[in-house]
Amino acid sequence: MPKPKVGLYWCASCGGCEEAVVDLAEKILDVVAAVDIVFWPVALDFKKEDVEAMADGEMVAAFINGAVRLSEQEEMVNLLRRKAQYVIAFGSCAHLGGIPGLASLFDRESIFQYVYGQAPTVAPTDVRPQTQVTVPEGELKLPEFWDKVRALDQVIDVDYYLPGCPPTPKVIANALTALLEGKLPAKGAVLASSRALCYECERNATKPEKPSLTDIKRVWEVIADPDTCLLAQGIICLGPVTRGGCDAQCVKGNMPCTGCFGPLDRVHDFGAKGLSAIASLFASNDEAELEKLADKIPDVTGTFYRYSLPASFLFKSRAALKGDGQ
Amino acid sequence: MTTKITVDPITRLEGHGRIEIFLNDSGDVDRAYFVIPELRGFEKFAVGRRAEDMPQITSRICGVCPTAHHMASTKALDDLFHIEPPPAAVKIRELLYSMFMLEDHALHFYFLGGPDFIVGPKAPKAERNILGVIGKVGVEVAGQVIAMRKELRELIAYLGGKVIHPVFGLPGGVAKGVQKEDQERFVKAAESGVDFALFTLKAFHDLVLANKEYVDLILSEAYTHKTYYMGLVDEQNRENFYEGMIRVVGPDGKEFERFKVQDYVEHVAEHVEPWTYVKFMFLKNVGWTGFEDGEKSGVYSVAPLARLNAADGLATPKAQEAYEEYLQTLGGKPVHQTLANHWARVVEMVYAAERFLELARDPEITSTEIRRIPTATPTTGAGVVEAPRGTLIHQYDTDERGILTRANLIVATQGNAARIAMSVDKAAKALVHNGNVDDGLLNMVEMAFRAYDPCHACATHALPGQMPLIVSLRDAQGNVIRELVRGE
Repeated sequence: MPKPKVGLYWCASCGGCEEAVVDLAEKILDVVAAVDIVFWPVALDFKKEDVEAMADGEMVAAFINGAVRLSEQEEMVNLLRRKAQYVIAFGSCAHLGGIPGLASLFDRESIFQYVYGQAPTVAPTDVRPQTQVTVPEGELKLPEFWDKVRALDQVIDVDYYLPGCPPTPKVIANALTALLEGKLPAKGAVLASSRALCYECERNATKPEKPSLTDIKRVWEVIADPDTCLLAQGIICLGPVTRGGCDAQCVKGNMPCTGCFGPLDRVHDFGAKGLSAIASLFASNDEAELEKLADKIPDVTGTFYRYSLPASFLFKSRAALKGDGQ
Repeated sequence: MTTKITVDPITRLEGHGRIEIFLNDSGDVDRAYFVIPELRGFEKFAVGRRAEDMPQITSRICGVCPTAHHMASTKALDDLFHIEPPPAAVKIRELLYSMFMLEDHALHFYFLGGPDFIVGPKAPKAERNILGVIGKVGVEVAGQVIAMRKELRELIAYLGGKVIHPVFGLPGGVAKGVQKEDQERFVKAAESGVDFALFTLKAFHDLVLANKEYVDLILSEAYTHKTYYMGLVDEQNRENFYEGMIRVVGPDGKEFERFKVQDYVEHVAEHVEPWTYVKFMFLKNVGWTGFEDGEKSGVYSVAPLARLNAADGLATPKAQEAYEEYLQTLGGKPVHQTLANHWARVVEMVYAAERFLELARDPEITSTEIRRIPTATPTTGAGVVEAPRGTLIHQYDTDERGILTRANLIVATQGNAARIAMSVDKAAKALVHNGNVDDGLLNMVEMAFRAYDPCHACATHALPGQMPLIVSLRDAQGNVIRELVRGE
């Protein structure tokens, strides 16, 4: 029997998802033995034409990481959608928009203005990169930089999600096993734990039944006890609202969970959920007291929507518009 | 009629580099452009974020060298919050950073740039990758490389929580220290790290330096540029990856300037071109005169070759020995041959490993005094490290709550951007004649930038370490008249 074919692709990303695949280390040999990788630009030379030549659905699965920002990326993910039976959004950027998705807070023009005009080291100039430019020798082209960043399911239909920034080798290996053994859950599932991070956190035993926040500490304001629940120490940890599966790596590093695995099932706006969950722990009913506590979270967007701004309700409607969101 | 050759890695459509070669009527190269079609706008969306989140946010610039951004950012936070970390925290940071440099350099040597030499620049493309390297150095060594990488990455995760996008940096220290019972593991890893680096140096001797053809290639004019060089140095002008003064030497090898990171705006500036998203660094006190060599051009270079030029020596014994031999063989400082970057990188591996061992053995790394709590009002702060790919600067301004009002990042590869563009152009002009373009020649053009280990080619940082390319020869109307595919 021929081996099942899979493809891997990256859009707007940092390369960390590819590194996570390489961190499968010796396990990567098992993967290569079990499947035929027919498209993986980082490692193998198959062209877009090769993918175009495939029959529709010829690949069992396409793993796509990165957010979508360029027309080329949109074309490529649409093509992969046609050629793959399953499309798996790989990592936070494809899943929810990721950290590059924070750029959606600004439009293209203001980003260009800063980067090529106002940044303190830029030599004064009116020159801006152009999508098409005539140099003495001919024409050069650059891809269009869109106004907004989109998560993968805002561009194409997605079957499964592998969460994390980046997904851990364990999560990746489990997903591959489920795929190869035909044990995939219902469409739309996120392939990690279905429980909150706290359940796999070594400090869970020290977590109060209902933590009560009388004060909020920013991470640099306090030396965190390495064995006690961070929320119990007044540090905003998103463990209670974040999907588990990473083995609480950041907490093992004595730093709080920032939510890269995204929301639990049936939660559609991670930031809103996180914000309301934390706010519900504020140990006061006095308005002035509450305000004081809220002031200790000076960047709500960056705290609760760090990995999920494009997938938030605020941006979903804009992203539903084609391309630029124009 | 002008013919355009596009060398386009079909890898990262956003993150890759693309080479565009314009041929004239006689089929010689008019000019080759190195185009970076990428921009994500990190500096812009940093505004409004909490300063303490920057080490984790900026690490997402690059998943291959997240530790470099994390560290430069953490150091900018020390400065921003006016807080000096305790000595143990500084040592732990440098310990982790040395492991990272060793691991990252090894990856480049064996997986990316190395195959060009270990297997050969004109070897069949199917062999010019990590598998070809394994063929040359043996399965046992390959296993050692993989095992070394794995152990170092596990130890980085021990301290950093995660190896890809670590979380341990805080203003005034680190979030986690080394337990006494675990110190031995660091020492063992460092000891084998030193052996491994020395083995790599020997492999470089046996496989590259023993081959006259390769040495001639390294020394050839096609791969030579005389520019300024930048690197971090300690009080005695010895190379340092983690801290020190930024030193610039001229094309003549003499010190041109030496400054602390806080003054960087007085010394470096960025030039914008319309055909690429990357900004080109140049020395403000020399000025931008175009993509040119020489002391009148502000173009400078960073990364291993530049660092060894900018320093007067190395602080550990075996690395110093390797450095002296490197200089003797190449005719003394400064070394202008771009391909010598590969050798310089191996010399730096020895330094990183020896420094790792020194710090792993230091009893202070198990101290629990690893944090100081800032009390001063944050204002502005800058931090610098030597990333594997060169001098990396982060600078933030904040309001009194520590919320960013402005960010400026001078990313390592930007420091080489102008010289890389020049190297690609020069190599193309020297190697492509009469419209003759084959896979081996194109690889040799590509070698001109691969030597710098540029980060926008992060694509090449993974197995099997070769950048797949499509090369299209187009006429002036853009019609493809010939197509070459390489990288299978």
